[in-house]
Formats: sequence, C-alpha cells, structure tokens
Amino acid sequence: MKQENNKAYKFGMVVDLDKCTGCGSCMVSCMSENNVPFKDDESDKKKSITWMRVYKLTNGKAFPDTQVVYMPRPCQHCSGKGGHGHSPCVSVCPATATDYGHDTGIVSQIYTRCFGCRYCMGACPYHARYFNWWDPEWPEGMENYLSPNVSPRMRGVVEKCSFCYHRFQAARDQAYAEGNKDEIAEENYQTACTTACPAGAIVFGDLNNPAHQVHKIVKPDPHPDPRNKHVVGKSRNPKVFRLLERLGTNTKVYYLSEREWVRKAGDNYLDGEWDKIKNHHGAVISHD
Amino acid sequence: MKVDRRSFLGLGLGAAAGIAVSPIGMKLTDDSSIWTQNWPWTPVPVDGEVSYENSVCSLCPGSCGISIRKIDGRPVKIEGLADYPINDGGACLHGIAGLQYLYDPARVKTPLKKNGDKFEEISWDDAIAYVADKLGDIRKSGAPEKLACIVGKDQGSVSGLFKRLLKTFGSSNFYTMPSLESYLELTAATLHGEGETISFDLENASFVLSFGAGIIEGWGSPVNCFKANASRKQRHAKLYQIEPRLSNTAANADKWIPVKPGTEADLALGICAVILKNKLFDSTATANFKGGLNKFGALLQKDYTPSKTAEITGVKASDIEKIAILFAKAKMPVAVFGKGRGDGAQSLKELVAVHTLNCLVGNINKKGGAFVQPKTNYLEFPDESMDSIAGKGFGKTKIGPYVNQLVERVNASSEPVVEALFVYNANPCHSLHDSKNAKQAIGKIPFVVSFSSFLDETAMEADIILPSHTFIERLEDVPSGGGLAKTVVGLTKPIVEPLFNTKNPGDAILLIAKALEGNIAKSFEWESYEECLEGVTSGIWDSLSEEGFAIISEGIPSGSAKVNISFLAKNPLTVQAQGDFALTLIPIDNMRLISAGVAASPFAIKTVSDKVLMGRDIVVEINPLTAKGLKDGGSATLTTPIGTARVKVNFDEGIMPGVIGMVEGLGHTFDNKYVSNKGINVNDLIGPVIESGSGLDAAFGIKAKISKA
Repeated sequence: MKQENNKAYKFGMVVDLDKCTGCGSCMVSCMSENNVPFKDDESDKKKSITWMRVYKLTNGKAFPDTQVVYMPRPCQHCSGKGGHGHSPCVSVCPATATDYGHDTGIVSQIYTRCFGCRYCMGACPYHARYFNWWDPEWPEGMENYLSPNVSPRMRGVVEKCSFCYHRFQAARDQAYAEGNKDEIAEENYQTACTTACPAGAIVFGDLNNPAHQVHKIVKPDPHPDPRNKHVVGKSRNPKVFRLLERLGTNTKVYYLSEREWVRKAGDNYLDGEWDKIKNHHGAVISHD
Repeated sequence: MKVDRRSFLGLGLGAAAGIAVSPIGMKLTDDSSIWTQNWPWTPVPVDGEVSYENSVCSLCPGSCGISIRKIDGRPVKIEGLADYPINDGGACLHGIAGLQYLYDPARVKTPLKKNGDKFEEISWDDAIAYVADKLGDIRKSGAPEKLACIVGKDQGSVSGLFKRLLKTFGSSNFYTMPSLESYLELTAATLHGEGETISFDLENASFVLSFGAGIIEGWGSPVNCFKANASRKQRHAKLYQIEPRLSNTAANADKWIPVKPGTEADLALGICAVILKNKLFDSTATANFKGGLNKFGALLQKDYTPSKTAEITGVKASDIEKIAILFAKAKMPVAVFGKGRGDGAQSLKELVAVHTLNCLVGNINKKGGAFVQPKTNYLEFPDESMDSIAGKGFGKTKIGPYVNQLVERVNASSEPVVEALFVYNANPCHSLHDSKNAKQAIGKIPFVVSFSSFLDETAMEADIILPSHTFIERLEDVPSGGGLAKTVVGLTKPIVEPLFNTKNPGDAILLIAKALEGNIAKSFEWESYEECLEGVTSGIWDSLSEEGFAIISEGIPSGSAKVNISFLAKNPLTVQAQGDFALTLIPIDNMRLISAGVAASPFAIKTVSDKVLMGRDIVVEINPLTAKGLKDGGSATLTTPIGTARVKVNFDEGIMPGVIGMVEGLGHTFDNKYVSNKGINVNDLIGPVIESGSGLDAAFGIKAKISKA
C-alpha cells in the first residue's frame, strides 16, 4: 500500500544546555536504540562511533572563574543554504547514500548504498558522521539484544544519527492505522535521546507545527535572515542559537542557554565581532 | 574479415559507447558493493512482535521504574518507565545499558569451586552440600560467630535473608558496604536518636546548600535528583555547591564555592557560627536542642569565627557570612551532605555539622527542607528459631563496627578471626579504600562464598561462587534509598528466562539453610524465595504485584525532631589526609562510571571522556598552577603513602591548586576486555583513615606527589 505524504514535517530539536548535566543517558540510549557497536578501546574519540556525542565546553577562564557546560551533539540535520535541502553531506555524496527528506527534514543514511568514500565526513562541519573502520563485533550472545528496527552496519560504511527515523515510521504507521494520516502526535514520535534524558533537557518535535513544544521554544523565523539570505529558520528566542549558524547550513538542532559565553561558543568570532553580533543574534526581526 | 585501422577504431569506440550506455557496469559496481557489505558475520536481528514489560532497576539505590521493549520475547531495549513515582520516564545510562549485564563476558554461568588457582564447574547440589558441610563444621566447632557476611546494603528481603541466616547460625557479623542510606541513619541516630533516618525534599527546596553532594553525579536516587535539579530554573531555586573541584554539579550550580578538601565540616560549623551569632536561627527549632547548645555556641564563637574558618577552608570570610545569611533567610533552605555519590568514605563530623544547619534554621519536616522520620520497614519476617549455639554466638559482639575494621582485624590476627565469609552484591576488593589490603584479608579467610553474577575482583578471591541471576532475570523487592523524600518499594521481575545455570540469591540462601538443618532450616520454611517474598511483604504484596510498586511513605512527616548537639559540643577532631606530601589526591565520582557494586557497562565506558581515560591510562585532573614540570596530556608518576601509579595528566582550571583529582570506578581486573584493564583503581592509592569517635573510614583523599614520568 502506498502511503501518501501530503504534509511536510520539519523535525527538529532544542537542547537546554542549562539543564543538561552531561550524564550520558542520551548517548547510551542512542547506542542501545540504534545497534551502535563498541570496541575494547573507545578512548580514541575520532574512531568511536557516537551518533549522539556530549561535548564539554569551558569558558576558558582560570580557577575559580572557570565554567563548564555540556553540549549534546546529534546529527544537526542541516536543511542547507536557504533551506532547500542541500545539506553539506547530501551535496557531496556520489552514491545518493545520504539524502534530504523534504517531507521530514531528516537527513538519511542508506548503509547498503554507501561505499565508504567519506566525502560526507569531510563536508560535515559538525563531526556528526562516523566511519566503520572495522566490522562490528558483539561478545557471545550479546547480538541477541539487537533491535530489528535498525540494521547493524558493516565495515566500510558511514553512519550517523537518523533522528530515530524508525520511530517516525512507526508513528506514521500508527497515525495511518488510526485514520489520521496527516498528523503524527507529538508524543508518538520522540527520539531515543529525548525520552531518555533524565533532566528533560532535550525537546523534539515538528518545527513547522506551532503547537509543538520545540516550535514554541525556538520560534523559528519564517523569513530568511535579512543579513544573510542563506540563513533561514533562525530562532526568534534570544536565548536560542545554532552551531556555526552563519555558514547557512540551517541546522535543525537548536541550543538554549541563559549564559552569554555559551551562546558565543556556538561559532568562531573575530575579536570584537561578537559584541556587534550578539545584539542581533536571535533578536526578534519585525517581518511579521 | 580484414581488420583495418578504421574498423578497429570503429569497433573499439562502439564497444566503449556500448559499455558506457549499458547498465552492466553500474550493476556490477552496485552488486560488488552490496556483496562486500553482506558478510555473513554481520548480524541480522530477527523481527517479531513488539511487547513491553515493566520492572524496577536495582543497579543502584535509585530503584527506577523501567520499561523493557521485547521482540518476540527477546529484550532489546531498557527505557525509563513513565509515571513511576521515582523517575517518571527518565533513566540513567547504566540502567539503559542494563541488557549488557545480561550478556556480560564476565558472567559466572554455573556454580564454581576453586581448586588450587583455578575454578572448576560444579553442580548446584554439590555446591550447596559443600557450603553446608563447611558451615556445619564451623558450627560444630562452637564458634558460629566466625561466619561473617558482607552485603551491599541492608535493605530488601534478600539482604534480610542473609541477615536471618547469620543470626540463626549464631553470628552478628553482618556488614554492609558504605552507603548513603547508612550515613543518613547514622547522622539521624547521632542528632535525633536511634531508628530515625533523614531525607531531603530537593524537589521543593528554594535554596540547596550542597557540601559536595554530587546531586547530578549519581548522589542519592540519581534520576530523581536530575529531575529535581532540572526543575530548579522554573522554581527560581538556587543551588550553591561547595567542593574542591568543578564537578558537573558545581558547573550546573548557581555558585561554586571551592573549599580545601576535607574542610567541609569546618565550613559548615563556620556557617553555624554566623547563624548563631547573628541570631538568624529559628528559635522554636532551637528550643528542641539539648546536649549543650550554649557550649556548642561558645565553641563556635571561639574556634569557628569567619576569619578562622576562612583560614581553614580557603573560603573568604565575607563569603562565609554571605552564605550563612542567604541560607538562613531563604524561604525553604536545605543543606545536603554526602560528598560525591555519598557512598564513599565520609566523616560523621561533617555529616552532623551539615545537618545541624538544617536543624538551626528550622526546616526539619517542612516543605523543601530535611525530613526526619523513623526508618520504614515493610518486611515482616516471622520470628527466628534460635538454638543455644545460635543464641550464644549471636550474643557475642561484632568483630568491628564496620567492614573496614573487619578487614583490619582479619589482616592483623594470626589466628583466623573469620572462618567463613559470604559476599553478596558487594565488591570490597575493588571499592574499599586500600583495596589491596581488602583483597589480602579476603584471601586470608579460609572459606569465602560469593553470590556474584560476575567474576569480579572479590569473586575471584572466593572459594566457591553461587552465581545470582542478574536483575533482568530475577524477582526481588527493591526499596528506594538515597535520601529520597518518599519511600517507594518496587518489584523487580524476571523479564527473561535465566540465561545460565544461576539462581535467585534468595533461593540459594534457602537451599543453604535447609541443608544446615536444625533451627536454621526451621527458620527458613519457605518452599521458594517467591513464596518467602510474598509472605514477608504481605502488607504491600497486592500493590507490589499489581502496580509494580508500593508507596510506603510520602509527603511531609508530621512533628518536629529533637536535636541532641552533644556530639559536636564535644568538638570532635577533623580528619586529616594521610601522609605529608604537598598535594592532596581526591577521588572523583563520575556519573558515567560506577564506583561500588557492579562495574560500568561497555556502553557506559564508551561514553567516558578521553580526558578521563586515554587508552589504558587513567588521566588525572590538576590545576596548571600545581603542574610545574608536567606537560598537559603527558605522563606522570603519582605517589601516595600507600602506592604509586603511572598516570596521564590533564590541566584543568576547574580544580583547586594543590589538589589532584582521579576518577573512581576504573582499574577493574576481571575478564571483560570492554571494561577491564583500563586505568587504575583510585582505591589502590588511598588508604582508610578511621575517624575517632565514629569508627568510620573518613579518608576524603590522601597526600600525594606527582612528577614527570
């Protein structure tokens, strides 16, 4: 049966960095949900496959003025310049192994199409993609806990966060079964990291749907940024920012913090540049 | 046919064009790509019907409700259980990774008996007969008190059965590993009287003054604490964190107050002094004080003036006064104790000094304050049948008050003070200070029975292992602990058939008791642990079996609490770190590792930062000011009075100068390459320091030196 998708969702996330405790629940929930393997040494983080990775940021000040914040980083699901779906990785993939879902805003990864050229890893500004240098191995018996919803990857392919796409599929099927094909209830599609977070720091939902919590927090601007036409969906909440927003990658993972130094950490600024930008950063733009 | 230049080129170009247009090339590339990805060793998980089952996680005292997703009866994922009264949907990384324990390479798959250096497989019948035989000999010799037992915590029916077995056997030598629950009870006993315990209403407090309690580092009931902390912003509540390093809790707090390690008690007393001097205390509350409030006050005004306290603690005198005023004037203040996870070494002086702050400002049994109430007991065991041997043995005094003294006595004595030892749900050979010393003591005990599910450091020292089901395979009552403002008993249910030839530890105890015959067998007349559990929890069994949990107490306890200040009025000494090197090594509790009980899972280890573990090297935190001669990321030799280790160093501005931080929970040595032989065990470098007056191991750290390796 062909399922029609008339409605374009734009799934996105906002992470409250002031609530995040760096506990690691999101990382483990992601690994367990998505059959992510593990090796005997995972301390070389470049080779450690973590679709969701929690970074530790510091304000760089000396004792006792040091401050630390933890920043969970899934795939940012870039919409590309102008929000047309040309995300950095999709643009360079020669095998169409990664693609932009215009109906969901999710950047996919099809393992059996991927032949391991790793262009996408080079193109991704967020280090969200990982290469399988080895075949996955589980200790005897442990493959029994693998979930059938996500195929285990093999040596030689790239993998990354899918916003738990299988959960979207399940929610869509459920919506169809309930005769409500145009509306997936907010609570029916939540990623594994979101539901696991004990601090409730992660909020996930449809950025196109004003009723969704994520939309209420982010308040995405319906118009392009007048200063940079490539940037769309900029948050109108002054506490919300995106990573390397000026690149026009138009990520759909937003971050929230009360602390200015944390918001400043979302990009690289020249000396004095931040002070000019910060006032505009996320400021309400009077288009509507 | 003649092949000339023209036809050769024509054919060649034609062939090239043909190949280019034909799908064969693409098809072959595609096929080879697919073929090279369909290795038979890449597992293809079998699909099936999805179902969910609820249970309770018993990996830590948090006792969170969990939901297990199953595919055709095969568990594939653990998640937090929505609406469960403790965690309401959230889960910590260790619980989520719980299925990895089921298939852990270090699991003990069948009873094992040590023969020389090696373990040999043995049947359950033979194992039980062997244990009963050994124990029978000890009892016949007339010294039943020489059977000792170490359990993780004195809570729940399984621990109850161990305790009961010891009592009916004739021994009072029942020990628990240090736990926040035991510290809460001890603090309550010291200030309020025996049988009381303390909990904290963190969900409602408007000002939390935490003396190093790792509220988001796994302290108490972790997920509940995470939630209470996350709601702080909405509630406009404040958290001030007092500790020597910028822990995650300190980083998340409204203010971090660095304090010299081990001086938290002095700081608490300094704050008490300001409160008393400025009459900021609650006079109705202080009316309940006895045991020399005036003497205590005079002592504080003499020894703990802001300037003197500042000198001891390194916190500015003006800050001490500010904190005291903020705390006393807050609407719902609460002072929280228990450094780190609260289950390591603690000083009673510190625990009592911090809780005295709660008593002074009168937040006891008030919303957002500290709750003092009698310990809840929902277990109703029938009276034991005691014979004369049991009565006589049980009447003898314990070898020592705590497990540290047990270790000490065993090592110091040439005669065996303990003939046999049971170890359940505890790994003293890894989690006690000076773990080598603990290992030596356990090795010295002639007959050690381990009930571990895993061949951990302590199980390796055992003479016989009676392996337990993991929490995914067994039935058990799991009471909440860790200072939670309510008491919830959860029911852990078997989610899968046992994978291996293991038993519920409750059943193993019943079998041993029956094999011992006489009054012991008579005290264990249940057919199975299940029957026993139903019997001893009869008051709440309906709720347990139907809802999966029972709420024993909740809400604000009524009445005020009497406060006996005599312990502090005697001016107990503050424990000092052992040794005389210039620096102080302190252990760090990291949420992604586990310091007591089971080791962290492969998934949890995977999340550990490369600033904590690099390859096989443990990385220590040190302030650049202290790190003269060292290189950031370089190797160094760390020396303490009890050991030396090679470490890597990480320059960190988030730790006080003069202090070195080393994570707890690494350095396991058992057979699981994903979690073992990584880093070193900080307990190999820190020795116990017994606090006079309480008998507790109160070593908050140890003096150390570090040099380039």
